[in-house]
Amino acid sequence: MKKEKNKYLDLFLSFLKIGAFTFGGGYAMIALLENEFVSKKGWIDKDEFLDIVAIAESTPGPIAINSATYIGYKVGGVLGSTLATLGVVLPSFAIIYAISLFFDAFLGFKVVKSAFKGIQACVIYLILSAGIKMFKGLKKDVFTVTVFAAALIAFVLLSLFSVSFSSIAFILLCGAAGIVFFLLCGKKKEEKK
Amino acid sequence: MIYLSLFLSFLKIGAFTFGGGYAMISLIRETVLANGWLTEEEIMNFIAVSESTPGPVAINMATFIGSSQGGILGSVCATLGVVLPSFIIILLIVMVMKNLMKYKGVQAFLSGVRPCVVALIIGTSVVLAKSTFFPSDSGSVVFNWRGAVILAAVAAAAFVYKKVKKKKISPIILILFSAVLGTVMF
Repeated sequence: MKKEKNKYLDLFLSFLKIGAFTFGGGYAMIALLENEFVSKKGWIDKDEFLDIVAIAESTPGPIAINSATYIGYKVGGVLGSTLATLGVVLPSFAIIYAISLFFDAFLGFKVVKSAFKGIQACVIYLILSAGIKMFKGLKKDVFTVTVFAAALIAFVLLSLFSVSFSSIAFILLCGAAGIVFFLLCGKKKEEKK
Repeated sequence: MIYLSLFLSFLKIGAFTFGGGYAMISLIRETVLANGWLTEEEIMNFIAVSESTPGPVAINMATFIGSSQGGILGSVCATLGVVLPSFIIILLIVMVMKNLMKYKGVQAFLSGVRPCVVALIIGTSVVLAKSTFFPSDSGSVVFNWRGAVILAAVAAAAFVYKKVKKKKISPIILILFSAVLGTVMF
């Protein structure tokens, strides 16, 4: 029983540490997770870890939360996944909450305000370069590129003319297009095989 | 009621974004603007802070927006909202639908979603660039050339760093660099 307890505590603390020390979101976290749970602790084997990453990327929600919930469940069931998720969320929550308390006052300084005007330009670069990096990772078949181009053009035009059209609708429509395309073309390909 | 509205908004964001924190930005921006919670400028400030503090960007954004609108309880509601869909979906997958990802239909759906998410991210950066570099204060559109210069400087710095050091520069360094340029130029 004591050993069991330790496992849960260990799980919680590992995720607390990962939550507190990874900058830049879920993808940055994957390397740390692998190091901690595959290499160091051996709780999860390498193949399974790859499965976990694939699932975390293709299910909705933050990748960090998806992988914490998954790994937590593998190690210690529902309690394990709760502790892992709590662990990975807590540091963010505490740090950001503390910052939010004095952020407005901080922005009241003229020099900080100017600094943030510069930072806003940088944020555009960060988002764009994250997008480009993800674009490089996409398969470049006709379907993928068409969906990408159509969604990009539609999104930019609708936003510029302030037509409200939710990103959720974009995602669902493109997902539906994926299914339709599969029904039309994918089946033929399979028959050929 | 702000708490319920924060919780439900972030529940929706958590349930419909595929591909992590950046993918969330377009939906967070829409939601926050539609509710009148933040201005476009404030959103970018929050993104910068979320990027330069540890932890998942999505959680940082949820906590930050929640706190700005409803204090500690607001941030708890928003964070819980963004985490819950992930938590439940993943538990369902590991417990009952181990092969969900292997179904052809799910893969076909995701094959459409993936390029869409990338388009939303790049599209959001274009829309943010428009509102940052061509702000329409008091009716007339002015060109924010200082911002454009800073963007070019940041891109150049990232490019040179990658060529020389052969690895990607940390976003935190870029944010600090742009902050210094901001204080000098504005």
